[in-house]
Amino acid sequence: MTYLKKSPWLLHYDASSCNGCDIEVLACLTPLYDVERFGIINTGNPKHADVFVVTGGVNEQNREVIRNIYEQIPEPKVVVAVGICASSGGIFRECYNISGGIDQLIPVDVYVPGCAARPESIIDGIVKSLEILEEKRIQMKERAKQKEQGSSPGGGER
Amino acid sequence: MISLTNAILFLLLAPIIGGLVSGIDRKLTARMQGRVGPPIFQPFYDVGKLLEKENLVVTSSQNFYILSYIVFIVVSGALFFAGGDLLLVIFAFTLAHIFLVLGAYASNSPYSFVGAERELIQIIAYEPMIILSAVGMYMVTKSFFVNEIAASELPLILYLPGVFIGFLMVFTIKLRKSPFDLSTSHHAHQELVKGVTTEFTGPNLARIEIAHWYENVFLLGFVYLFFAFNPVIAIVAIIVAYLLEILIDNTFSRVKWQLTLKSAWIVAGMMGLVNLGVLYYLAGVLI
Repeated sequence: MTYLKKSPWLLHYDASSCNGCDIEVLACLTPLYDVERFGIINTGNPKHADVFVVTGGVNEQNREVIRNIYEQIPEPKVVVAVGICASSGGIFRECYNISGGIDQLIPVDVYVPGCAARPESIIDGIVKSLEILEEKRIQMKERAKQKEQGSSPGGGER
Repeated sequence: MISLTNAILFLLLAPIIGGLVSGIDRKLTARMQGRVGPPIFQPFYDVGKLLEKENLVVTSSQNFYILSYIVFIVVSGALFFAGGDLLLVIFAFTLAHIFLVLGAYASNSPYSFVGAERELIQIIAYEPMIILSAVGMYMVTKSFFVNEIAASELPLILYLPGVFIGFLMVFTIKLRKSPFDLSTSHHAHQELVKGVTTEFTGPNLARIEIAHWYENVFLLGFVYLFFAFNPVIAIVAIIVAYLLEILIDNTFSRVKWQLTLKSAWIVAGMMGLVNLGVLYYLAGVLI
């Protein structure tokens, strides 16, 4: 089934972003773009989320937070790095307190470039991420199947 | 007579009706906010997706509590539509919500705790009014059995206008609509993360959602009882009541729990008790 693609729930986290990309992410929810058309809801809860949207680069303050949120999201999940800072560190790349893009810390599936990223390109990035989300779900299902098959014959492996 | 067919019909149809009502609700809400809104079937997609997700649990007792929650909601609804004792229905209904609160408490998360406490406050706020509604129906029809109340020729709404207004008030609380969506909400409010449902993921959250559909259909059935003398008027009344709730949802902001509790009790006292008092004194004249 492809329910996952019809109802992706976002979790938006502002790493060290300047708020430019954050405002553009929120603009997607306004009547003009209205991403709820696609069933996309902006949740405030990692445990309900499917798509992790991060804006801004990694610094020492938010390193733990990003990892913690990422681990709280149930499988299958995708990460979308919105804006050039989240993608590579942007103009802050050389700063002493910035480690770089989000991919320094957690696996990123889709990079949305721009400073600030436009709402259209953010929506485009999310839609791209849904394909990956679906792939991950199939992989997850196969893994579960293999695990089941691996343990079922004999049943006395432990 | 208890009707098993009605109970089975409720079991099968209530999730479909409840999901559709919820989808139409979201569409209308979006239109009221000037948005296009999700498809009508969006709630089904959401639940389908949640069932596909990984079930992360903090403690395994959460699974048990949520299973109990949905079972008791379904039992209370089925008993209601089968024509059972209204008081038993209300007790099963309350017990179901206690299981939800226990499930939220089991997770040891601060957000979940706040949500659970708020859910308890909501139960305290709406419970007196729901019992008053049952008592009011008993005073008019001399029966606590739903099938006998539904078969009554008396126009309950004319005897119980105050009780009905009080019931509409707690209807808002039960549907988790603004201004009383304290414990959890369907909107993208994030002040309390997601309140009582914070620690439930995937399949467990889907179960909560399905239980909510069953619950909504049961409550719409309760509205029906007030107008049971004429099914056409009753259906119209249900639609008008639900549209009113959507309008209220979109025009009010969330209030504090103190105001929720006070206003629910004041309305229950003013409208419900006064109505019952008048009915008691005029019992010989009216009925």
